[in-house]
Amino acid sequence: MTESSLFKRTAAELAEAVAAGEVSAVEVTGAHLDRIAAVDDAETGVHAFLHVNREQALAAAGEVDAKRAAGEQLGPLAGVPLALKDVITTADMPTTAGSKILEGWQPPYDATITRRMREAGIIILGKTNMDEFAMGSSTENSAFGPTRNPWDLDRIPGGSGGGSSAALASFQAPLAIGTDTGGSIRQPAAVTGTVGVKPTYGGVSRYGLIACASSLDQAGPCARTVLDAALLHSVIGGYDPLDATSIQQPVPDVVAAARRGADGDLSGMRIGVVKELGGEGYQAGVERRFGEAVEVLGKLGAEVVEVSCPHFDYALPAYYLILPSEVSSNLARFDAMRYGLRVGDDGSRSAEEVMNATRGAGFGAEAKRRIILGTYALSSGYYDAYYGQAQKVRTLVTRDFEAAFEQVDVLVSPTTPTTAFPIGEKVDDPLAMYKNDLCTIPSNLAGNASASFPCGLAEEDGMPVGLHVMAPVLADDRLYRIGAALEQALVSEWGGPLLDKVPELETA
Amino acid sequence: MPATAAALPSFSEAIARFDPVMGMEVHVELGTITKMFCGCSTEFGADPNTQVCPTCLGLPGSLPVVNETAVESAIRIGLALNCQIAEHCRFARKNYFYPDMPKNFQISQYDEPIAYDGWTEVTVDTDQGARTVRIGIERAHMEEDTGKSLHVGGATGRIHGASHSLLDYNRAGIPLIEIVTKPIEVDAELAPAVARAYVSSLRDLIRALGVSDARMELGQMRCDANVSLKPKGTAAFGTRTETKNVNSLRSVERAVTYEIRRQAAVLDTGETIVQETRHWHEDTGETTAGRVKEEAEDYRYFPEPDLVPVAPAREWVDQLRTTLPEPPAERRARLQKEWDFTDLEMRDVVNAGAMDLVEQTIEAGADAAGAKKWWLGEISRTANDRGVALDAAGITPADVARVETLVKEGTLNDKLARQVVEGVLAGEGSPDQVVEARGLAVVSDESALGAAVDEAIAAQPDVAEKIRGGNMGAVGALIGAVMKSTRGQADAKRVRELIIERLTP
Ligand SMILES: [Zn+2]
Repeated sequence: MTESSLFKRTAAELAEAVAAGEVSAVEVTGAHLDRIAAVDDAETGVHAFLHVNREQALAAAGEVDAKRAAGEQLGPLAGVPLALKDVITTADMPTTAGSKILEGWQPPYDATITRRMREAGIIILGKTNMDEFAMGSSTENSAFGPTRNPWDLDRIPGGSGGGSSAALASFQAPLAIGTDTGGSIRQPAAVTGTVGVKPTYGGVSRYGLIACASSLDQAGPCARTVLDAALLHSVIGGYDPLDATSIQQPVPDVVAAARRGADGDLSGMRIGVVKELGGEGYQAGVERRFGEAVEVLGKLGAEVVEVSCPHFDYALPAYYLILPSEVSSNLARFDAMRYGLRVGDDGSRSAEEVMNATRGAGFGAEAKRRIILGTYALSSGYYDAYYGQAQKVRTLVTRDFEAAFEQVDVLVSPTTPTTAFPIGEKVDDPLAMYKNDLCTIPSNLAGNASASFPCGLAEEDGMPVGLHVMAPVLADDRLYRIGAALEQALVSEWGGPLLDKVPELETA
Repeated sequence: MPATAAALPSFSEAIARFDPVMGMEVHVELGTITKMFCGCSTEFGADPNTQVCPTCLGLPGSLPVVNETAVESAIRIGLALNCQIAEHCRFARKNYFYPDMPKNFQISQYDEPIAYDGWTEVTVDTDQGARTVRIGIERAHMEEDTGKSLHVGGATGRIHGASHSLLDYNRAGIPLIEIVTKPIEVDAELAPAVARAYVSSLRDLIRALGVSDARMELGQMRCDANVSLKPKGTAAFGTRTETKNVNSLRSVERAVTYEIRRQAAVLDTGETIVQETRHWHEDTGETTAGRVKEEAEDYRYFPEPDLVPVAPAREWVDQLRTTLPEPPAERRARLQKEWDFTDLEMRDVVNAGAMDLVEQTIEAGADAAGAKKWWLGEISRTANDRGVALDAAGITPADVARVETLVKEGTLNDKLARQVVEGVLAGEGSPDQVVEARGLAVVSDESALGAAVDEAIAAQPDVAEKIRGGNMGAVGALIGAVMKSTRGQADAKRVRELIIERLTP
């Protein structure tokens, strides 16, 4: 097999080839490391990775090969490389959360999902770029420079997990991990033509996920195909005693759901189109691709109806009170006392002064904006009007979902109102930036499962569009059944995966 | 404002014009094996920063998980204080920046404590005998302890003037229960004693529950005393001060007394009390103002999103109710009756903190009077001299019971017994070891004793003659001589018998 035929293949295919001995895990890993070296330059390339650990990756791949040689049973993703968002701790690589305040910080421990992936024989290539502390929708808020969208290097790859989505779309890794607080898995997936799943809150352990907003954060799988995402989901999912909010129930059989969906039969499925998520502010090409995708689902046998979720209109403002409140508390620990950046400690300043100087120098503008917003929202005298009211909206949004799921099995909408915008276009307009997450935020507030699947390119700019599917809590399998059915229908219509159309990148 | 205690009105002058209102806040470190939210050991005295993990260091990505044993202890404390136990309660984050707080927030409970609305009864001794006072309990809630700062290079050990600070996070995350009383309004002259009796009784209760050793000198139990005054006969509460870290029973009483006197002095001059935290100084017996804050600290409490609510099942709570020890006031009354002590005797035992020790000594075989005599006498004196708690003086209830047994058997007399106790307190070993090593046993070798008696008779023929003549009052002089020659190690009763045997027909 040639190198390019290796890095263009799916995770399922690679795992099968490694298990069958057609190719070694070391060869697979090497091909992806070479691809990273060729296309990921920080100045001129995609810049998906902040840190690549060549030696560790090859050593881990060598272990998979040794196990295979010894006749040991390999897991379904053994020997498959993965790009890990730099917000998940790794004991053998720095973890920065995209922030200067953690530059060079080497965690002493692996996150639960890191450990589970290692045990499954997944090869972690390195850590991917992100908006600082997962706050942003473009990866422009990274302290280490933006990531570029492989479809058009002048455009954003989404955020906060732009590094992970760009790594997939530029064939630097067939699998990636993202985290989703308000859309940070799904929006980057949509704008790069990849698959991203935000599992049910509590379905994947948060132990070792550097918190943005604890009640909203959820790690999940990213891939180029629905089956690959399902395979990764089943590796990382499930109860973790180290995370008190983790759900003590088995993960639904997402792999079986993906395989079943690939049969292309959705009869018996009821799909609700959310009335409130469309119309004004939505790009024409996005609405067109979305409409066509819903039509495809109907043709596959699903019953399609319109559903109203009236409180979704208030989800965005509620989210921007709850999130900053939690952020202001979660980010308090970055104070220069124990780890990370320390500024001004020249012996002449008090601990308090060093804390202030470090936080002033170490946090970017968006982090500071949200810390200040959250500190204000939690202040005595304002708590009820801001945080308290926002929690009430959260309850109403959850009830909207519950009512909707009495009528339909899943809800759908576009993942984002627009396709990827040019780098720099919205950096000075936080409100415009926040609107990227209009469709994705309700699921974070309610904690239910959601995903984005590629559904074509907008004709006006040739950029990818995503179909957003929302399922009830613990019904993550429905996402995969729908996603796989849509995928097989569209791939056969297009004559190949959407990513076949991504421009060839210049290689170094 | 008067500068020294001497210039303040006396306590009785102060309470002639004002009634005090008190509120006690007591923190108890639970004796769980592991910390509140992680699996680290809580053992005291380990090298700095050796009992830490990502969670109690607040490392990025780490998460807390509630220690079920701590919840159980909290519920048992709540039940023992006759509290309601919440069916559903949440943890909350208390946000403020301090280097000894790894996350710069403390996981605590705010508006949903695990236990609330209870009471306990304490006994104070008055000139008219023992009085029982009911103290209302506002709440008991769970939280985590902070780390410890050690300020180096300054003269005072305080942060001011220090060249640098060392931080030890071994204590960070140790489970704490904070118990808050309702306002305590009692007869003014009893207030300081009630404050002390409350803390003392709470300590006994915590120990009886087996949830903590509650040793104040080790910081396992820490007390903040709120005091305010109102003019006699009025209802509205005055402005209160909170005196922090009053860490012995005696200090509780003294600090409350001092604050009552100080506040009376301030009010007497027409000034107002500043709502503030104050520091207690054991050495001078005074409180001083803490750092003045521009405005009340805003902790920005909100529900801890990393934890799920605690919802103890009713069956569990009911089962825990069956594990409660006898309430301290009831126990005190029962023991007084069993031991046949007067009110005064019992008060002395309680004030000396000797009730458990006396009880254990009796359980080990001593009688009540004997047990009381040792703990309140010899052992109390030694403990006082050394400035340690009674149970840390170096002798166990079993040791004391053994000494009493040796006396009963005739192996020791009173004087020798005292020397044995002294030896045990000095660390010379068990009572039997001290007897052996010091050669303290009563001389019971009949021939040696007989020889000593003969010798005494020969040395004082005139005394012997009186006895022969029937003057038994003279026997004492010969006994004294024998005791002297045996250096006190003879059984006086046996000596008497031997003398009479020899001198009367
Ligand atoms: Zn720990």
